[in-house]
Amino acid sequence: MNIYERRRIKNTLASGLALACVVLALIPLVYILAEVVIKGAPALSWEFLTSRTVGTGEPGEGIGNAIVGTLLLVFYAGLIGLPVGILTGIYVSEYGNNRFGTTVRFFNDVLANFPSIVVGLLAYALVVAYLDVGFSLIAGAFALAIIMIPIVANTTEEALRMVPNSLREGALALGVPRWRTVLKVMLTNARSGIVTGSLLSIARIAGETAPLLLTAFYSSYWSFSPTEPVASLPLTIFRNYNSPSDVLLEQAWGASLVLILIVLSLNIGVRILMRPRKRKHKAVKRRWMTRLSRKT
Amino acid sequence: MSELDLEKKEMNEERIAMPHRGGGTWKIVLAAIVAAAILIAGAFATGLLSIGGDEESVTLTGAGATFPMPLILKWADEYYNETDQSVKVDYAGGGSGAGITQIKDNNVDFAGTDAPLSAADSTTYGLVHIPETLGAVVVAFNEPTVSSLKLDGSTLARIFMKNITAWDDPEITVLNPGVTLPSEQITTIVRSDSSGTTFVFSGYLAKISSEFDELYGQGKSVSWPDAIGASGNSGVTQTIKTTAHSIGYIELSYAIENDVPFAQLENHDGNFVTASLETTSAAAASFTLPAGDGDWSGVNILDQPGANAYPIASFTYILVYKELHNDGSSMNKTAAQALLDFLWWCLHEDGQAYGPDLHYAELPASVVAINEATLNSITYDGEVLR
Amino acid sequence: MRGNEKGTSVLRGKPLSFGGDLVFRYSVMVVATLTLALVWLLVIMMVIDASSSIDTFGLGFVTGDVWDPNRDVYGALPFIFGTLLTTGIALIIGVPLSIGIAVYLSELAPPYLRGPLSFVVELLAAVPSVIYGLWAMYALRPVIVGTVEPFLSDILGWTPLFAGDSVGLDKFTAGIILAIMIIPTIASVSKEAMMAVPDSQREAALSLGATRYETTRMAVLTYARSGIFGATILGLGRAVGETMAVAMTIGNANVISWSLLDPGQTMASLIANNWGEAQDLQLSALIEMGLVLFVVALVVNVFARLMVGRFMKAVPSTGGGL
Repeated sequence: MNIYERRRIKNTLASGLALACVVLALIPLVYILAEVVIKGAPALSWEFLTSRTVGTGEPGEGIGNAIVGTLLLVFYAGLIGLPVGILTGIYVSEYGNNRFGTTVRFFNDVLANFPSIVVGLLAYALVVAYLDVGFSLIAGAFALAIIMIPIVANTTEEALRMVPNSLREGALALGVPRWRTVLKVMLTNARSGIVTGSLLSIARIAGETAPLLLTAFYSSYWSFSPTEPVASLPLTIFRNYNSPSDVLLEQAWGASLVLILIVLSLNIGVRILMRPRKRKHKAVKRRWMTRLSRKT
Repeated sequence: MSELDLEKKEMNEERIAMPHRGGGTWKIVLAAIVAAAILIAGAFATGLLSIGGDEESVTLTGAGATFPMPLILKWADEYYNETDQSVKVDYAGGGSGAGITQIKDNNVDFAGTDAPLSAADSTTYGLVHIPETLGAVVVAFNEPTVSSLKLDGSTLARIFMKNITAWDDPEITVLNPGVTLPSEQITTIVRSDSSGTTFVFSGYLAKISSEFDELYGQGKSVSWPDAIGASGNSGVTQTIKTTAHSIGYIELSYAIENDVPFAQLENHDGNFVTASLETTSAAAASFTLPAGDGDWSGVNILDQPGANAYPIASFTYILVYKELHNDGSSMNKTAAQALLDFLWWCLHEDGQAYGPDLHYAELPASVVAINEATLNSITYDGEVLR
Repeated sequence: MRGNEKGTSVLRGKPLSFGGDLVFRYSVMVVATLTLALVWLLVIMMVIDASSSIDTFGLGFVTGDVWDPNRDVYGALPFIFGTLLTTGIALIIGVPLSIGIAVYLSELAPPYLRGPLSFVVELLAAVPSVIYGLWAMYALRPVIVGTVEPFLSDILGWTPLFAGDSVGLDKFTAGIILAIMIIPTIASVSKEAMMAVPDSQREAALSLGATRYETTRMAVLTYARSGIFGATILGLGRAVGETMAVAMTIGNANVISWSLLDPGQTMASLIANNWGEAQDLQLSALIEMGLVLFVVALVVNVFARLMVGRFMKAVPSTGGGL
């Protein structure tokens, strides 16, 4: 066997290995998704989606207020966490080649490693106790934002780092101010990575339970004021799981399914909006229009 | 201009334009804001959301033990309808310890706990105990060939202390004549999290077996030897169901709802009793409770005399402040009144009637009388409210 | 530069804008400082709340192996042990699988598969841990008890790592479910890192006659190394702090035992288990446990960075292009 054949075999083996990884890892992953769909689908109904949670397992109960609660929590958390995370990522990647930058990157990793229940404790100490807002939607959003920040900052930094220097240098050489370079050129090219990071962080916080226990508390009613406790899907799932009723357990699976569907639609929605505009087609069309309209 | 020049011009135009996707990021932000605005607007429109809430409605919050949670939530829901939606009660579980901490910090209006407070704690903070229902802890098991099992206190203690390790140990077989027990090892399943259920169960074992009391003692957490721990009553129930030859302790309602067989236990009078609502209530029949603001630390209804009394029964308590307008409390008079009215409703027939369907025992009349006296002694700014 | 009014070019605007640059740079720096502030706040708050436990036990907390709320004696060693073991298993299994998936998705997958598969993988990051735990109890555990663990016992039962019998609720099962939970995160972020590698790198390698595998190894993996590392850190963060799924699979035994087939306990799971009922000294001890957890994760982090940092020096830190 000569060296070429050996290399070719290695190549095939490696490709096979990669495929095997995918299959191996996908089996449990798809199995879990399937379980959620199979066990959760029976619970779905219009009543289920629009009734409020009661906690007794009797007919007429649903997860409507939990759905709205989770959406609001994610929205407020994103409002705080996404800008902070992205800007931190920009800082570390663009201006962070000094000691301060390294420190920030380091602390960011540290933040990522805090157990979520401790983050909840901080939000409790700051918002619920110190600012005396009490258990509230805004306290919960604050806790979730803290969890989001390291994920978004990390992925933003990496995404920006991967943009080839040539683009940045080209823009700077043409006289584009630094800040514009970053915002227009770098961000646009790193967009896919940043969006993935943001969506990942949203998916993560949508399913977090522990930080909400001490902050958003819970509410079985249709109240969504920022300074009042609010229901949420993960806490509903947790509560239902811990109750003896099997109706509630089925609703827990239903709530998980709804949670996944929400994240799914968010993912799809963002991807659709982000589709690159087909400049090429427009240019070709324009060219043909000009040609056709011109008198030969 | 020739065609070639025109094409060149167009190509140049394309090249000069940097890879700029036409403000895609802004579109996303805009879309998100629009979506949220629609959401919130819709909520307002359908009357689901209202700033500040109705002036009429009162919201009371509670936290604490998970054992009575289904019942309290049921009461909350029924009372909401009873009062034409003007009183909203929320109970969030979280564990007795969390409830006690929250009420000490005045973050909640009432707390639920399975274990009573120490005398020092109740006097320092000025909290009163109100037992609102009764529960039973049962010994559930999973032994495929066995459908009914009889055990007594000391055997039970020895099983959980790992002095008895096999299902066909003579101490077990002597209590179960006619039942064939396999020679498999017993896997004991216990609570890994701190819980009132463990407190009650270990309290019973400590009362019956002085050896258990010395080595392990009663507590919300016990260092059980060689056991598998699971989280929450649900966790233990599911672990028992999926582990053959296992035995563990759970609340009665979980055993019934999940169809898990449980053992008959020998009570104080020597009868083998099956846990049920009647036998649980029987356990509370002869116990004298202290006054609401007294020392409840020694209260337990374990191993009580009575032909039909189930040995591992227990109260669960609601804690409220004796003086509802204390430092740090943000409760106003309407809310205080609402809280007392709600508790009164729960403790009497209106509320207690919902218990049995959810597998909670109704309070005996003597206990209700004590609770009435307690509620009548609660004040707001020194004024008695009832 | 004048041109068409529809500004598609970045060349609009003043060529020199020092003011804008300064404002931008400093506002971004201020925001970045927030991260620092948050971490300091967290640490300070935790130290304050853990002070009574720190005073009582001192260093003995980290070396003590008894956790007894009834006698108010607390030691963290069994849980540090459990966390390290389960996280170790999770990373050893999860990282290679994730990289394999990322390589497949970014280099090998046909275009019609790439989108949907990436989607599915990202979606799984949203599954709440209770569900992972439930699935582990009912679907994973029977497989492990029935097939995997007997196999391991037969072959490796003589080693202290795989000694003894088990009912499937042990550190091994917990490690496996953790691995499954961190794969979506590591795979997605690694995939993004790999896809961001400029084609020029791949083309350069291919033009030199490299096979697909060699190209991937030389050009893509090397270039994306820091991104993959970052992804692993994120995965590590999730594994170390995971509570529900671990509590449902690890058997919750507060003892040190070398065998992976014995039940154990992790720091995060212990905190979550005891949080609801804890008061006073126990609460303080739990918070101190949280501090220890954070320090352990930090140490692993720093250690890993140092190890990988040596290799990462070769890659320019600002995405050097051609």
